[in-house]
Amino acid sequence: MEIEVTVNGVAYRRDTEPRRLLVDFIRTELGLTGTHIGCDTTSCGACTVLFDGVPVKSCTMFAVQADGHELTTVEGLRRNGELSPVQAAFKEHHGLQCGFCTPGMMLVATALLSSNPDPTEEEVRWALSGNICRCTGYTNIVEAIRSAAATMHETAGVES
Amino acid sequence: MTTTHQPATPFEMGGIGHSVRRKEDDRFIQGAGRYLDDIQLPGMLHMAILRSPIAHGRILSIDTSEAEATDGVVAVVTGEMLAAHGLAWMPTLSGDTQAVLATDKVRYQGQEVAAVIATDPYVARDALSGIFVDYEELPAITSPQQALEPGAVLIRDEKEGQTDNVAYTWEAGDKAATDEAFAKADLVVTLDTHYPRSHPAPLETCGVVADVNPATGEATIYLTSQAPHAHRTLFAIVAGLPEEKIRVVSPDIGGGFGNKVPIYPGYVVATAASLLIGKPVKWVESRSENLISTGFARDFHMHGELALTADGRILGLRASILSDQGAFYADAQPTRFRAGLFHICTGSYDFGAAHVTAKGAFTNKAPGGVAYRCSFRVTEASYLIERLVQNAAYELGMDPAEFRLKNFIRPEQFPYLSPTGFVYDSGDYHTALRKAMEMIDYEGWRRRQQEPHPEGKLIGIGIASFTEVVGAGNSRTYDIAGLKMIDSAELRIHPTGKAILKLGVKSQGQGHETTFAQIVAEELGIPFEDVKVQEGDTDNTPYGLGTYASRSTPVAGAATAVVARQIREKARKLAAHLLEASPDDLEWEPGRFFVRGVPDKGVTIQEVAFAAYTNFPEGMEAGLEGVHYYDPPNMTYPFGSYIVVVEVDPEDGTWKVLDMVAVDDCGVRINPMIVEGQITGGLTEGFAKANMQWITFDENGNCIGSNFLDYLVPTAWEAPRFRLGETVTPSPHHPIGAKGVGESATVGSPAAYVNAVIDALWSKGVRNIDMPVLPHRVWGALNGVEVAP
Amino acid sequence: MYPPAFEYAAPESVEEALDRLAEVGDEGRILAGGQSLIPMMKLRLAAPAHLIDINEIAELAYIREVNGHLAIGALTRHADVVRSEVVAGGCATMASAAPWVADPLVRNRGTVCGSVAHCDPEGDWNSVMLAVGAEVVARSKQGERVIPISEFVVDFFTNSLRPGEMVTELRVPRDDDRSGGAYLKLERKIGDYATVGVAAHLRLDEQGRIARAGLALTSVGPINLKVTEAEEMMVGQEPGDELFAEAAQIAARTCEPTSDVRGPAEYKRSVVAAYTRRAFGRALAGARGET
Repeated sequence: MEIEVTVNGVAYRRDTEPRRLLVDFIRTELGLTGTHIGCDTTSCGACTVLFDGVPVKSCTMFAVQADGHELTTVEGLRRNGELSPVQAAFKEHHGLQCGFCTPGMMLVATALLSSNPDPTEEEVRWALSGNICRCTGYTNIVEAIRSAAATMHETAGVES
Repeated sequence: MTTTHQPATPFEMGGIGHSVRRKEDDRFIQGAGRYLDDIQLPGMLHMAILRSPIAHGRILSIDTSEAEATDGVVAVVTGEMLAAHGLAWMPTLSGDTQAVLATDKVRYQGQEVAAVIATDPYVARDALSGIFVDYEELPAITSPQQALEPGAVLIRDEKEGQTDNVAYTWEAGDKAATDEAFAKADLVVTLDTHYPRSHPAPLETCGVVADVNPATGEATIYLTSQAPHAHRTLFAIVAGLPEEKIRVVSPDIGGGFGNKVPIYPGYVVATAASLLIGKPVKWVESRSENLISTGFARDFHMHGELALTADGRILGLRASILSDQGAFYADAQPTRFRAGLFHICTGSYDFGAAHVTAKGAFTNKAPGGVAYRCSFRVTEASYLIERLVQNAAYELGMDPAEFRLKNFIRPEQFPYLSPTGFVYDSGDYHTALRKAMEMIDYEGWRRRQQEPHPEGKLIGIGIASFTEVVGAGNSRTYDIAGLKMIDSAELRIHPTGKAILKLGVKSQGQGHETTFAQIVAEELGIPFEDVKVQEGDTDNTPYGLGTYASRSTPVAGAATAVVARQIREKARKLAAHLLEASPDDLEWEPGRFFVRGVPDKGVTIQEVAFAAYTNFPEGMEAGLEGVHYYDPPNMTYPFGSYIVVVEVDPEDGTWKVLDMVAVDDCGVRINPMIVEGQITGGLTEGFAKANMQWITFDENGNCIGSNFLDYLVPTAWEAPRFRLGETVTPSPHHPIGAKGVGESATVGSPAAYVNAVIDALWSKGVRNIDMPVLPHRVWGALNGVEVAP
Repeated sequence: MYPPAFEYAAPESVEEALDRLAEVGDEGRILAGGQSLIPMMKLRLAAPAHLIDINEIAELAYIREVNGHLAIGALTRHADVVRSEVVAGGCATMASAAPWVADPLVRNRGTVCGSVAHCDPEGDWNSVMLAVGAEVVARSKQGERVIPISEFVVDFFTNSLRPGEMVTELRVPRDDDRSGGAYLKLERKIGDYATVGVAAHLRLDEQGRIARAGLALTSVGPINLKVTEAEEMMVGQEPGDELFAEAAQIAARTCEPTSDVRGPAEYKRSVVAAYTRRAFGRALAGARGET
């Protein structure tokens, strides 16, 4: 069936079989391969995208369910040619190693900071608890997100 | 001796000792990494594998006709078809053979039986339901003890001369000397423990895109490979393809941890299918397939005994191992060492005698035996000695820290010949432990432990003072499948002073693109940003054995330093030519030669590089490049002391980490930020194994732990917080004094966590709980209830 | 990994969904959050021929306070409950359970009603609903039924919906200011099913004695177990450690755990007892306004 979905601000119209998983649609139909697949039991969060701004596991939705909705993937985090504060902080704080979980982690972080601009360490860890990282031990991911929060505060302060 | 390392280069240049940010991160944080599953080729087909639902059974018939008739199915491959091409079986990395697709029997649940090649992955999966296999079920053997019982069903009945389920036997050390030491002992402390079956479970599963060009026969094999060169050679041997026609490309790897060292049946089937069909074939495992069939780790049933004097000295160690190998003996390990480097189990302690025996048994479980973030069974060895040492201290009535300090190898004893034949290169164990004790306030915690807890919880303090052996090999002693364990580096300096460094190893997240560039920056003064590091493509990199067993820095890192130094020597001659001085009169500072005593008269490495292509002296070969194959003189021996404080809830058996300190000594740290990242990751994986992560089987051989609902890996919520410390004892034989660190924390930390829980429960009579220390096991130990599994 | 094929419809009203459900009969499944159904389809443990996706029926997404109860619409996500002030002030047991359902991302998608209808004995919500005495509203083309939760949960993965019916709402009695509740869950990690879950609910009378007690257990039986014997025993009694210990003993005795990788049955009984005491302790603190 034909669906229309907006991904990172770009509208796509595609024909797709109902059973096609959203993650697979994003990766193979749209060629946005930054969204990854790490499990088959809705456990790991490597496939996390923002669905109307809310982080969800795109392996546990069908592409047809995205008809008429807006998605953000890792490819959409960079704005106006600049890395987002979350992206920059992940690099600055060594919040990634193999990079496979990173897109999901950054999207969760982005959503978290939009609703909770100054999360505690505990709140960050809680928000990340649907995503698995096998490399970092999480320490630097948490640090990166808290640092991004601080950066966003400073930036907001300068603008206002 | 412990030293501190002061960087010799400015931060922007990024030589050794600088926490420069990683070059590889820019693509990963923008979703522009290129992993195996991101590869799409024109006309590419998709493969799905049918797996055995039972653990042991004879195949009576396979009917593929319905699958073949499914729309979109291009081919259905069975073992019989592979057998016609001599591909039904393949060699393992330990000299055994392994079925590619089963022809006679299935020997474990999840074993590969047939494969469907289709135009679409959904269709390939659908068509698996159209393959009908008749099995005659056989009894399943689910433990090595059961495997060795008289009359046990023979798992490897196809193997000529195999009359029992023994996979190997092996020993190390000196039995007579050890018996003598035990005869003199005042006290013998024993421990029986099972290091459970585990799985590396990198977040990216394994996969392949095999692209055999039907016109030329050239095979490009994109592979999630930690060892692309070794895999090319093995592919040539297994598939009978000429090696020059095989190009293995290992793209960005989403974590390896040993999982991506072996060659798996799916790789061979996909390549054979591409060869036969003439189109690219992709196969990417699901997580369930990854956990049920590919390289498991550990699964050692260990018995250890320490001979002790009444005043707290260790006299000797006996260890015997029964390893559960699964259906095929497929450990990825050096040929001569049937139980890997388990004989490093004398650990950080100085005593005269040790004897280690090991026996491996075939069982109806998946094969593997990979070194999961570990240098060939060093993890099991470290765990056994560190658990034994703690129990020994308590039995002697000593504090476990005091007992360790009394028995450590002393700094002046290095290089130290261990009773099982290793030559430890350098160490200072006392300093590391004392530093950890100070950081965590060991005495303070011991006092707090005695105070009554308001909620009835129990406090435990656990130590592990591990020593690893990493960086295989030397070529005299170490090979895998005959390939000597060397590694290489090829460095080319371009005319503009930029460089490309090509390596035979392969990063899976360790940050090679940054750290190896930093070694070049250190040696040649070329800013690390200007050095491109290339790995993974066998057509474009020099030969090497790959990245596992913490060997990249010890071996390929050394190769990089050596080739850079060779290039610097040529650069010196070029500089002398440019400066019209004698090479002997030139001084080197990072990035620049100058005439001794005339600091203003000099040339930069960039100017020299330009001259290498534009203005080289007569008689000198043009260019500025080199390649070096490094054959390490010895292994390196990283070490450290970890201390964990836990709080146990005796009502529900849960425990949590209140504090943890990790003092690591991996010699000189190239990039401290990356080193700490490796340690933090390893400490978390150690926690995972101590707390939750394992694979087990029911009595019928059904795998429990074949997906992320059953195979538990911690999230940010469960993962402990850590405080890190360091000491620096350079390796005396490594060109930059580095030792390798990727696995230290996975090796060292499990015993620290378990020791902490046992410490909390010791006064209640608990002497051991096997990993993972699950809540019900703690409860069972406290209440005297036998818990199985 | 790859689910089987199915026919898909995404109605925009309940009426439309019910028409579709009537049309496809037994072959149809409602797709709400899909956080249990889709993984089962991916592992090929479920293969419905028709999916009727209710995610576009905006009218079903609500949490309201109506006539002394909370009404939870069929499209209410777990995360909506976590954030809901209506729930925080109106049902302590639910508020206590919500953050421990699955993981944060699954909570953003999965629905409370979907989980209730799934009747997985390892699911958290049905213990909560049994403890507080919720009702399920089911609609079909024939009309609407209100089903007490204890009659809705029939068996292992089996509810009492009739062909053509779908759950549209959950009705949860509202706590008064002498009520309290708690849900305690032992899980090995976030996202794990409960080894043991205990939902407790208390309402005190004006004298501070127990006017109503609710107790239900997760993962220790073929369905979520309501511990009626303990509930009845507690009514009219003075709340406190001794009484809770007695209730705990009844719970431990009447639950039906099996031995598995999460531990032997004996262990689970022991945790049921401990968590029952703890959960009632918290419920009492809530009922007395001490939290």
